[in-house]
Amino acid sequence: MTDPNERQDPRAVGEGLLAEATLGPDHDPAAEMVQHIAPPRNQWWDVWDQFKTHKGAMFGAAIFVIIFVAVIFGPYVWRVSPSYIDFTAMNGGPSLAHPLGTDPLGRDSLARLMTGGRISIAVGVTAMLISVFLGTLVGVLAGYSKMLDGPLMRLTDLFLALPVLPLLLVMVMLFREALAHLMGLNMGIFTLIVTAIGITSWMHAARIVRGEVLALKEREFVLAARSIGTPPWRMITRHILPNVLSPVMVAATLGIAQAIITESVLSFLGLGFPPDFPTWGRLLYDGIQYMQQSPGLVIWPGLAISLTVLSVNYIGDGLRDALDPRVRGR
Amino acid sequence: MLDAGEGAGGALAGHDTDPRRKLVEVRGLKMYFPITSGLLRRHVGDVKAVDNVSFDIYEGETLGLVGESGCGKSTTGRALLRLYEVTDGVVKIDGQEVARADARTLRRMRTTMQMVFQDPQASLNPRMTVASIISEPLDEHTRLSKKEKLARIYELMDAVGLNRTFANRYPHEFSGGQRQRIGIARALALNPKFIVCDEPIAALDVSIQAQVVNLLEELQEKLGLTYLFISHDLSMVRHIADRVAVMYLGQMAELAPREALYSTPLHPYTEALLSAVPDPDPAVETRRERIILSGDVPSPANPPKGCNFCTRCPKVLPICKDVEPVFREVQPRHYVACHLYDPDMTQDAGATGA
Repeated sequence: MTDPNERQDPRAVGEGLLAEATLGPDHDPAAEMVQHIAPPRNQWWDVWDQFKTHKGAMFGAAIFVIIFVAVIFGPYVWRVSPSYIDFTAMNGGPSLAHPLGTDPLGRDSLARLMTGGRISIAVGVTAMLISVFLGTLVGVLAGYSKMLDGPLMRLTDLFLALPVLPLLLVMVMLFREALAHLMGLNMGIFTLIVTAIGITSWMHAARIVRGEVLALKEREFVLAARSIGTPPWRMITRHILPNVLSPVMVAATLGIAQAIITESVLSFLGLGFPPDFPTWGRLLYDGIQYMQQSPGLVIWPGLAISLTVLSVNYIGDGLRDALDPRVRGR
Repeated sequence: MLDAGEGAGGALAGHDTDPRRKLVEVRGLKMYFPITSGLLRRHVGDVKAVDNVSFDIYEGETLGLVGESGCGKSTTGRALLRLYEVTDGVVKIDGQEVARADARTLRRMRTTMQMVFQDPQASLNPRMTVASIISEPLDEHTRLSKKEKLARIYELMDAVGLNRTFANRYPHEFSGGQRQRIGIARALALNPKFIVCDEPIAALDVSIQAQVVNLLEELQEKLGLTYLFISHDLSMVRHIADRVAVMYLGQMAELAPREALYSTPLHPYTEALLSAVPDPDPAVETRRERIILSGDVPSPANPPKGCNFCTRCPKVLPICKDVEPVFREVQPRHYVACHLYDPDMTQDAGATGA
């Protein structure tokens, strides 16, 4: 793609076009040579312009930013400790002291929700990045190179055939202690969970990308680039990757949701973060047994997960449309 | 780069009837696509898309290449630019060997040879703007500054008749003719000497065809380009080409200067092909006798033993089914591969059959 440094001021572009318009259709060619024509502007501006017109995507982006800001800066504003146990306020409903109520140990739900969001979003985004990176890499290599196609797709089949949950459990069992030793308890577990989720969820992206690349490879513009002498690496980055962005984007947005939920499952099975460490998934599962006494315990983390996933899906939708010049302007 | 092969070309032109320099020399070009079958993907045969084709293109001329669908015209054009790995044969462009060149030499040679594609919609990346499409060859082969590059892009857009303000637009916003102009601008970016036009007008409507062909002719005059013009539109080839080559089933049937070929076609296939061109004069059109060939084109995976055309030829001789005819000059600058024009058929047939 183009270099972000060469970004042009959009106002200059507007002025250039305005000058063109005022000259009218019958200006002489000599004037045209002198006249300032807007230089090609960065394509990312077109993407942003289109993204802005997608209402759902803008709404999703707003929600995601709100959630993001709330979980990052919220704990600095709402300074109640998420792990402070107060037996005088067990299973409390919403009150001034605890706006979202308290859990069966009297811990503040709002504080736990905000702290938990940090982990859940971090896990979701990082695991998604790993899985999309792996999936795109494997898919592009398999689709582009005939020699690598067989081995890589058999590897993909192998990963698809593995039972994911037992595999995750084994990985956590084997590596938790070692990683916790190496990077500290929370960081170690975070790395482990993110890697585990990432490397067990890239296969669908890889298969979709490979299929797209196989079709793209036969298109004439790739042949045209070959006749220009574009080397394979730039062929992939300039012609193949931008054209497989749509399926990658879909895989990525679905991946975030999947990763947040998988993390909850691991936490539920006692193999994720330590039990006193709140994540949205953990809060949800902990709340289930008290659902009838205090439904807030389930509703708030559930709502947070759903809103995040939904907003990310809409952002992905808008990005996919904005990145496709054929859809732009509709 | 520019003066490479000047000496060789001059020497070759010495014993030729044509004083002009040969820019492109093709000798015994073969392009086979393997057929594999079974679990182990055993090699069971070849599709002989181009089988032993030889011809020259002189500097500054347009060689028209005609033939029916699937006869190997486009494959020849692509093999010439090494877009396929050639099975066998020699291709020299501007004195340099292309068919066996290593990757680095080939990349440097890409600047002398370019291609205009058939489908302007498919040959432009839908995610790139016009400016970035035209600047791709410049990005790959030159070290121009951003400003110089932009100046060159505008110069090219002017040359092909595109408004400069279109630089930021995407291919889907243009009509077919304009898209083809973008493709031509891209092909011209590096000042090539030789351009393969692979049916550049087949996907355009008739009024636009004329515009694009005129643009190609204009550019040829201005920049001294050499074209290989691949087409199945015989009247358009008659308009643009200096010499015309006719292909049938992967082989060259006839090659002659334009007027000679259209007035006195020698090969029975050329005759049949030309008889299919309708005449605008209704009086002529009703009297016109069409040569209608029977049967289908044989499979290029399993061509007939002798002459490729022997299964459908109206003038077939017994020898045609056994011996492959030699592509030879039977009149000055008029080449044909047909036993009807063998000087002494039996003797020669024995020699080639061995």
